[in-house]
Formats: sequence, C-alpha cells, structure tokens
Amino acid sequence: MNTKIKISLIALVAIVAIAIPVVNAQKDSGCGQIKEGVLTIGTDDPAYGPWFEDNTPSNGKGYEAAVAYAVAEELGYSADKVEWVKVPFNKVIQPGCKDFDFDINQVSITDERKNAVDFSSGYYDVSQTVITVKGSKIAGAKSIADLKGAKLGAQVGTTSYATITDVIKPTQSPAVFDTNDVAKQALANGQIDGLVVDLPTAFYITAVDLENGLIVGQFPAQAGGEQFGLVLSKGSKLTKDVTAAVDALRANGTLAKIADAWLASTVGAPVLK
Amino acid sequence: MTYQPSALQLQREAAKRRASRRSTLIALSSTLAVGFLLVLLITGAQGYEMVKNSFFNWSYAKEAMPSVFRGLLLNLRVLIIAEFFVLLLGLLIAIARTTTSPVLYPLRLVATIYTDLFRGLPLLLVLLLVGLGIPGLRISWIPNSAVVLGTVALVLTYSAYVAEVIRAGIEGVNPTQRQAARALGLSQSQTLEHVVLPQAFRNVTPPLLNDLVSLQKDSGLISVLGAVDAIRAAGIQTAQSFNFTPYLVAGALFVLLTIPLTRFTDWLTRRQDARQRAQGQW
Repeated sequence: MNTKIKISLIALVAIVAIAIPVVNAQKDSGCGQIKEGVLTIGTDDPAYGPWFEDNTPSNGKGYEAAVAYAVAEELGYSADKVEWVKVPFNKVIQPGCKDFDFDINQVSITDERKNAVDFSSGYYDVSQTVITVKGSKIAGAKSIADLKGAKLGAQVGTTSYATITDVIKPTQSPAVFDTNDVAKQALANGQIDGLVVDLPTAFYITAVDLENGLIVGQFPAQAGGEQFGLVLSKGSKLTKDVTAAVDALRANGTLAKIADAWLASTVGAPVLK
Repeated sequence: MTYQPSALQLQREAAKRRASRRSTLIALSSTLAVGFLLVLLITGAQGYEMVKNSFFNWSYAKEAMPSVFRGLLLNLRVLIIAEFFVLLLGLLIAIARTTTSPVLYPLRLVATIYTDLFRGLPLLLVLLLVGLGIPGLRISWIPNSAVVLGTVALVLTYSAYVAEVIRAGIEGVNPTQRQAARALGLSQSQTLEHVVLPQAFRNVTPPLLNDLVSLQKDSGLISVLGAVDAIRAAGIQTAQSFNFTPYLVAGALFVLLTIPLTRFTDWLTRRQDARQRAQGQW
C-alpha cells in the first residue's frame, strides 16, 4: 500500500472518531408528540370486543375506543384529529420512543413494567375470570381448589397467565397461546379445560364467540387491584397531561358512563374463593 | 543424508516470516481501529443505556434462566423424537419415489403428492390444521396434547424435505454401482440395503444435518398450540417485565445447542472427504 493511501486512511479514521461523539452529544430530553396537531393512538390487530367493535377503533364503538376518544377530547383533540395505528405487543414494550402518543390495549399497570414504559392512571379495574364449555370437568367448579386439577390456558403477555401461576397454582402447567382465538379453539376442542381472561372479555367470548361457553367464576380482586392503563414512551412529554385527563374522566363520571354503555352486560359472575 | 537448506533458501524463509508478521500487525491494528469506531458509535448513541437495560440486563437474565431452560428441555424432547421419525418417514418416501416397477406406480404417485403438498404448505399452517383441526374431529383414540400433535405436524412437514434430500442422494449414487451389484447377483432390496443407501447417506450428510439444525429451531413452533418452549417462556417473562433480555437468554441457549451439531457436521464432512481422497485406504 503506498503512502498516500495509508495517510488518507488514518485521516479518515481520525475524522470519524472525532465526529461520532459530536453527533451523539446532541441528546434530546424525552419523547414528544409524534405528529403536531394530531393525537396518534395505538392498539393491536385484531382489536377484540367488547373493547372495540368490528376491529375498527376509529368507529368509537367499544369501551376502549370510547375511552380513547374521551381522553382525546379532554386533551383538546376532536374526533377527526385522532389517528389510529396498529401496534403489536412487542412494539409497545420496546425501548426508545414509540410510534404512538399513547397505546390503549388492555395493558395492566405493574411496578415492574413502569421501569420500561410510562403509564397513565388506570381507566378500568380488572377482574380475572375463568371460562369453560358445557360438559367440561370444571363446569361446576365453585372454588379455586376445584380448579387445581384442570388444564388451564391463557394468552401470552397477559396478567391472566400470572393469575394461573400465582393464584390458582394448578398441578398441570398452563397452556400459553399467542392469541385468544387459538385459545378459544383449544377450549372448544377440549384440549384445555378452562381459559382465564378478564371479565368483560369473558362475557363477550361466552356470549358471542364460543358455543356452549359458560363462565365458571371470577377471582377476588388482588390487593391494590389490577387496572388497565394507557401506555406511553418512558419519559414521554405527554404522560402528565394524559394522566390528568384520565383522572378528570374518572372524577366527572365519564368512565362510569362509558362502562355502563359498553360493559353493562358484563357484571355478576360468581366469585371463586 | 538429511536436507540442509542453502543460504539463499534461509534468506527467502526469513523474508516470508517478516512479511507474514507485518501483515498480522496490520490486520490487528485495522481490527482495533474498526472495533474502536464501532464501540464509539454504539456506546455514544443516545439510546445506548436504554437498549443495554432492555436487552442486556443481567438481573432479568438470571430471573428468566430457569423457565427458559425448562422450555429448552421441551425443545430437545421434541427435536429428538421428531428427528427420528422424520428420518424414518423421509427414507420410506424417498425409497417409494425411486422405485421403477410399474406395479408400484400408485405408491410413487402418493409419495410425489405427499412431498409436493407438505413442501408447499407453510409449517405454521400444518401446525394449526393438525393441532386444532384434528382434535376438533373428536376421534377418541387420537391424542389431544399440543406436544404430540405439534410433533406430528413437524414430522409430516420435515419428512417431505428430508425425503427429497435422501432421494437426491440415492439418485446421486453412480448407476455402475447398481450394475455391479446386479452382476454379483444381489436382488433389488439387497442392492438398496447394502450398496445404494450407505453411499446415498454418505453423499447427503451435510444437508441432512442442516435440516436437523433447522428442526431444532422449528421445534419451538409447537408453542402456537399452547406448549411452552424456550422462546415462549422467554416471551412470558418479557411480557411480565417489559424487558427483552429473556429473549437473548433463549437465543444464547439455542446457539450453544447448535454449535456441537455444526462442529460435528464439519468433522464428519472432513472425515468423509479424507476417506474419499485416500482412494479407499483408510
């Protein structure tokens, strides 16, 4: 290699070595709004009932769709200034700034998760419920002990799975599914004896989706209660405002009204002790 | 009389040693320079601390290790059983496809349809159809378990690929071998057993071992039916903590599992090549 090439290579390395720290030094102070003047809300695909309807969040039907539009109103965005994006679960929990301003998808607030993302205050208090089909071996179960011998299932990434491992503690290890669709089919086939989901989803599935479905019972509320919260990027500039919006909706009774409108039929499951 | 190098030869050897030392030094400094730049680029990036915490967090790795390891044991069980049946079924289908007798035409047809069908269907589809469809038929003697049905789906799909590989091996055996066997008075099945198949397998050991390595990863796909394998166990941990380190733990375990297989493949291939080159003098 001749001298000219050697010198130019060394010069190149030196320039890049100096430039990189300079470029990296421009740190910004937190994740801001994705698009000016527009509220970008994320949810998953497919979006299930009774949280959304027809997998179309923008129609405003369903508990979570209604809550999302109510929060947008509180923040000063009318319905036409709201954009929806489809975000799979892994993109919600990835580090860094997200592709949405906030995400609404039945995500439970836990302290461990707060290390990775920001949550608003809770917009729904969750109960976990066990559903099954007529004729299954746990159809007549009255207590948690009756469930110990059953093969239960839950969707991956849900606190329903944690309910099985921490509250029921069955002798057979639980089956874990990607989506509740596969889980429902497995339940219908008798491959699992029961499925654990949250209460409104339980009512929806047994009434609409599952033939001969029935609700076995719900679990008593955990200490401190489990709540669904809106998910924001860690250190997002919008967290304070969104939290304030949810608190305002709870205080002025809007959340209760929305629950009455969309979740009225989802009350009254027996409590398993 | 032993060989004594001349003065000129010694000079040449010294010059070669100097040149190789020089090129080693240049390679070393170049690697160091690139490494230094990469480290600067990555650790200086704004999100570095965040990514390090999300993907390389030691406390979450320790927490996830037991359940991910247990999931890996399921992967291993499925792998061993599936591989055995895949080789068996693949061999039978390959032999069925290489028969020549007109009486056996329906057998050849069935084998061809089988390989085309199961090489065309995506594995995920076969898993869902077998894992969810068959229990729906409610035939009492067919087991319902996710692991069993998942393994069946894996065997059905992979044996189609392996059958084609083995068939390529069988057809790659020189036709003179069959002729020589015939001259010696061996029957068709004796030829197949003693002459053709040993050579066929020796021909295609690398692709077969490649399929085994691939099966090791795909054994995890039975998790769509509810079984908890290593990746699923990592996913459960990730969903609880919102931290991605368990996935890296699962990935590391898979790589550790694969390395012995790949080294074994390399050793086997080298041994076979050496034997072939030695012209039969082992």
